[in-house]
Amino acid sequence: MTLFEVDRLTYSYEQVTALNELSLSILEGTRVALLGANGSGKSTLLRLLDGLYFGQSGSICFRGDELTEDLFSHEDFALEFRKEVGLVFQNPDVQLFNPTVFDEVAFSPLQLRWPKSEVRDRVDEILNRLRIFHLKDRVPHRLSGGEKKRVALASVLVLDPAVLLLDEPTAALDPRSQSQLIDLLVEWGGGAKSVITATHDLRDLGDIADRCYVLDSGLLAAEGTPDEILRDQELLQNANLVHAHRHRHVSGVTHSHPHLH
Amino acid sequence: MSGFHRHRKGGLIEHTIDGLYMAMERALHSENSAHSRGLLQRLDPRVKVAGLFALILAASLATRLWVIAAVFAAAVCLAALSLISIRTLATRVWIGAFTFTAAIAIPALFLTPGATIYRLPWLNWSVTHQGVTTAGYLVSRVETTATLALLLIFTTPWMHILKALRVFRVPVVFVVILGMTCRYILLMLQTAHEMFESRKSRTVGVMSASEQRRMAISGAGVLLTKTFQLSGDVYLAMQSRGFRGEVYLLDDFRMQPRDWLALTLFAALAAAAVWTGR
Repeated sequence: MTLFEVDRLTYSYEQVTALNELSLSILEGTRVALLGANGSGKSTLLRLLDGLYFGQSGSICFRGDELTEDLFSHEDFALEFRKEVGLVFQNPDVQLFNPTVFDEVAFSPLQLRWPKSEVRDRVDEILNRLRIFHLKDRVPHRLSGGEKKRVALASVLVLDPAVLLLDEPTAALDPRSQSQLIDLLVEWGGGAKSVITATHDLRDLGDIADRCYVLDSGLLAAEGTPDEILRDQELLQNANLVHAHRHRHVSGVTHSHPHLH
Repeated sequence: MSGFHRHRKGGLIEHTIDGLYMAMERALHSENSAHSRGLLQRLDPRVKVAGLFALILAASLATRLWVIAAVFAAAVCLAALSLISIRTLATRVWIGAFTFTAAIAIPALFLTPGATIYRLPWLNWSVTHQGVTTAGYLVSRVETTATLALLLIFTTPWMHILKALRVFRVPVVFVVILGMTCRYILLMLQTAHEMFESRKSRTVGVMSASEQRRMAISGAGVLLTKTFQLSGDVYLAMQSRGFRGEVYLLDDFRMQPRDWLALTLFAALAAAAVWTGR
């Protein structure tokens, strides 16, 4: 079943076209990577998929319903959509606006009018699962970058959404935190959820995606499996996802060529 | 950890960083103070919003100085019983309110026609009785209402205030704007703090006063643009998590006997102030 159907979607910020007649289809239950360099339109596409922006032309359908401002003005649809689709922003600071970590994570279920006892239980559960229970009374603004990212993730995962949209989830995380986050996302929902990740980091592509879409200047440059995309060096170089730089191999040889790490 | 460090010496950059640090600390202090165990903190937020608003109205309507002074004294007593120090009131409200109000009130001392009670040496300007009365009313009203408003902010978590406003049928759009304004200010302080620290890390040697002023002015525009963009993203993040303007909290508002008693006392005090202050 098709989860998102994007058809000839165009979105512009005043003079700059972020997405230009983009068409793609995302199936239910798949893990998708949106690849592209900075400014390629990945974050904009995620916001469009989350019903926060609406295209100037073209359309996005979610499970057959075209996402329009008019549709989101209906409370029943809006609340159901917010329950089903969660977006984790690239900058966790924009997602943390409550006085404590507990309040932050409880924000979404309260907005969706869950029973209060269920909200408390669910928040405790997700804080424990993400190993941040000890932070529950802390002020979010005072946390470290990695902690903020976890709280931001918890604030979305608390709803157990069927679709998770992630904008550069491992950006600015140390290697250990990156690895833990990838493990969490791979295990989350027993792998049955739809996860759409915008990233320019190709290292963990095989773990986070079954299908990849490469964006370049708002256009769809390619699509395929992670192996197919990673094998196409010319595509990756043209999309600014790999570059040549000098480095030293274990053998001691130092030279320059494009590579993924 | 993201933290802030005081700078004891330095020029404009260091002073600005210090000032921003203090402002953020104050914002966090307000939220902590709202959770302490003082008199007002124990009351239902609706009672505080209604009661303090009634007192603000009474102080604004009163036409006798001693009545405004009595409401002011009541506000100071409430602050003391709510574990808010006189020092906090003085530094957070009184000095600032007096400075701004005095700038408006001082011309009234000389410009209001009436009986001369003092003549300035050298300038020979007349201070009139009516001018002093007018300035006195203005300053006392502003100080009293600002103190009462601060009592509400210091004794009530911000989200509870917003929810209480909705209980009183304040329109959603107003509550959203109020909520966003608070976040906008915090984001602006945070962004400004980072900008000035970044600037400091790239500054070698001593900057002249004019260079520092130029830097501050150029930074202000960038800061507003960045903050505007960030606060827009915050609103999107709220929308993405189901926010539609209404405020929902884990804590239910429940009126206790002490809340009814407090509401009665607030109403009686406000009514007495309005009646005697006619």
